[in-house]
Amino acid sequence: MPLDVPIPDLDLDVDFWSLRFVEETCESYAVRKNVAQPFVASTDRGVMASVYTDGGYGYAATSDTSPAGLAAALARAAAWAKATAAVALVDSRALPRPSPRGDYASPSLAEPLPSRREWYALLAEESRGAAVDSRIVDWEASMDVRIATHRLVTSAGGEVTQRYRFIYPSMAVTAHANGDTQERSLNGYRGICQQGGREILDRFDFTGSGRRMAEEALELVAAPNCPSGTMDVLVMPDQMILQIHESIGHPLELDRILGDERNFAGTSFVTREMFGSYRYGSDLLNVTFDPTRREELASYAFDDDGAPAQKTWLIRNGILERPLGGAISQARAGLPGVANARADSWNRPPIDRMANLNLEPGDASFDAMVAGIERGIVLETNRSWSIDDSRNKFQFGCERGRLVENGKLGAVVKNANYRGISASFWRSLVKVGNADTERVLGTPHCGKGEPSQIIRVGHASPACVFAGVDVFGGES
Amino acid sequence: MEGYFQELAAVLDGAIRAGERYTATFAGEDSDFVRMNQGRVRQPGSATQRRLTVRLIAGRRHATHALSLGGDPARDAVELAAVVARLRDALPDLDDDPHLMLPDGVVSTRAERAGDLPPSPAIVDAVLAAAHGEDLVGLLAAGPVYRGFANSEGQRNWHAATTFNLQWSLYHQADKAVKSTYAGFAWDPGTLAAKMAEARERLALISRPPRSLEPGKYRAYLSPHAMEEIAGLLCWGGFSGRALATKQSALARMHEGERLHERVRIAEDTAAGVAPSFQGDGFARPDEVPLVDAGALVGSLVSPRTAREFSLTANGANGDEMPESLAISGGDLPARDALAALDTGLAIGNLWYLNYSDRPACRMTGMTRFATFWVEGGKVVAPVNVLRFDDTIYRMLGTNLESLTTETELLLEPNTYGERELRSLRLPGALVSEIAFTL
Repeated sequence: MPLDVPIPDLDLDVDFWSLRFVEETCESYAVRKNVAQPFVASTDRGVMASVYTDGGYGYAATSDTSPAGLAAALARAAAWAKATAAVALVDSRALPRPSPRGDYASPSLAEPLPSRREWYALLAEESRGAAVDSRIVDWEASMDVRIATHRLVTSAGGEVTQRYRFIYPSMAVTAHANGDTQERSLNGYRGICQQGGREILDRFDFTGSGRRMAEEALELVAAPNCPSGTMDVLVMPDQMILQIHESIGHPLELDRILGDERNFAGTSFVTREMFGSYRYGSDLLNVTFDPTRREELASYAFDDDGAPAQKTWLIRNGILERPLGGAISQARAGLPGVANARADSWNRPPIDRMANLNLEPGDASFDAMVAGIERGIVLETNRSWSIDDSRNKFQFGCERGRLVENGKLGAVVKNANYRGISASFWRSLVKVGNADTERVLGTPHCGKGEPSQIIRVGHASPACVFAGVDVFGGES
Repeated sequence: MEGYFQELAAVLDGAIRAGERYTATFAGEDSDFVRMNQGRVRQPGSATQRRLTVRLIAGRRHATHALSLGGDPARDAVELAAVVARLRDALPDLDDDPHLMLPDGVVSTRAERAGDLPPSPAIVDAVLAAAHGEDLVGLLAAGPVYRGFANSEGQRNWHAATTFNLQWSLYHQADKAVKSTYAGFAWDPGTLAAKMAEARERLALISRPPRSLEPGKYRAYLSPHAMEEIAGLLCWGGFSGRALATKQSALARMHEGERLHERVRIAEDTAAGVAPSFQGDGFARPDEVPLVDAGALVGSLVSPRTAREFSLTANGANGDEMPESLAISGGDLPARDALAALDTGLAIGNLWYLNYSDRPACRMTGMTRFATFWVEGGKVVAPVNVLRFDDTIYRMLGTNLESLTTETELLLEPNTYGERELRSLRLPGALVSEIAFTL
């Protein structure tokens, strides 16, 4: 266990060092087409050494967590710092030397989980429930249980231990008929991902989801294509999370704005000058960075550079207030930020990440939002996402659409796609659902960074209505 | 490193009991990563990692545990013994696996390709000097990567390659940039100089006033790097035997008569790639698996599990059934003549962020990125502001495909999610009579 690793006496001639230990175990269970899939577990363990010296910065990561391994990693990190100090983009002498002290634990971390046999039995029941028709050609119920410990030690006296338990239930069904294939999933691929325990399954009505998804997949494969045209859209939380993620979250990442990501993930249409005055959306748009919502996927007490995490408004009443930037990016940009310097594991350095990025609820009920639409469509569950490298021109696709005409819900349609431009799309936000419409979702698979990283991100959102959106269907 | 791997295998040989079998796959690397921005170093560092994935098999029951190892054989042996004990405890909880399939024989192999690389700090110094005065942003990834396989039947496979992959962009302003790559086994200062000079030339073109095009259909030339994004999207399940059998593949309609242009030939070309010649269960991979020939789907990538489930023949695919060395054959258009053949239209240097807008129809959408130009009379006129395309593969590489370049380009996978990947693509450029742009 990382907690047991003794920190050797280190007599390093450097300005600052830190050791960030990570141990993460995973157990994966799946039942596909009523066949229990092989049991797979993993234990990933290692340490990231970081050093500031002579104005430079360097890191070295190793899976050798022995005292000798730690010393070697620190020495290598110091060598990198010295070798590149003369050409360093950031003068490390101007950076903070964090000394955080504290801990964090996921909710219900101590509560027991189902046994291996119980997990398989639970998933088998959902799998059987999905086998309702010969047009159902594939289906799978699965569960990932991840337990992680992060420990940060710094030469400035910092010592933080954070313990997490992540639960990822999933149910997906594929139907095929008349040359078409449609998939229906419970809130999208790994859209349900929270910290906690068994209670998460009840929160999302996992029991019975196999049959529900199968019936909806059959409904979709027989449904007409989504119509094309400009119309109002009522976007449900399991699509809103993608909309927030791609067209608010990524553009507000300060390292993108500072240019670090331009060779890979891209730049941003947002510039430093916009903070404090830019109208990002309508008055109804309120977006927060909230690592304090305990069940949400990316809650924590300190980020991976040791900055204390707290709820912060990024967009208030439509006006852009601050970016998603950790302490180093804040120092580089001269802007306030949040505690979001995060690494996906021990072998990658922290970069600016979203963590929990939430759209705050409004006061509209679901029924009232539907009633206010003359001609439109309800969009559920993301299945396709694409956006330009400035995070502006987007096109997203949903598993399920439902027509709205004269304030009433109508037929289900398939291949529901829409497109727009971030810089103007959020200004067409005309209604924000109340807390009853809100869901706490997320994704464990946000990719970014050089070298590449995939990290956990939480998003909570109500359902929302946008006016005058370009909607279209599939090829057939 | 190979000796260390052999020691781990010996530990597993001694840990299993009568009636048990094991397979083990090894992944390790000693990598340098240097991130650059604004012509300076942003994040320099190294990652040293060893990971062994152990599967314990008894009858038709099996369980798998992947674990990080520190590299000290004595300490790692203790951890391995504990993992085997935990897997043994798990087996009674599991059902027999009807889709388990293991190799019948033993085929041991060994491949090692040493690199000829200067120290990474020296490479970085050379890159920054070559780009002096420019706004360079990018990443150097360099060092040895190791893969191994062992099983209780005595099979041993070893694959080691020392490579570098330098990906960089020179920026004019905002999103206007030229992206370049230089990857391989041996570092040549002359090649870097030539590539940087070419990048500077194209940067001058990208610095011209940009042109915004209205949505519509445009004639286009897709460079090999643009084709990389299209091929990359198809690799996500497109050629998977399981996805084709369950109609989830974007190419499933090729079983029902859809075709690409008769000039299109696609294969999993392991012999010409950098991936190991063995897969995770220990099966050998054929030198080549034809996938598309004369525009028709003629094969798929079939893992052992899929072979059992759908009564197919396994052909060396891993469990994800993704190509690791996909190759599209070249055509008859010399690359130097591509702009002349385009005449008037879009020369697309890079595409970005592709996804499906209608997967069964293999209709995909994505953005232009980096060096994309408006061309008239075979000459570059202006860079083009980013455009979104939305079109089917059956039009772009089917009815609307005019030609493929004679030359193909070997593109080493730059992604480093968790580890440096050993995938590659070999691709030509493509001249297309029209592509639909929507935003």
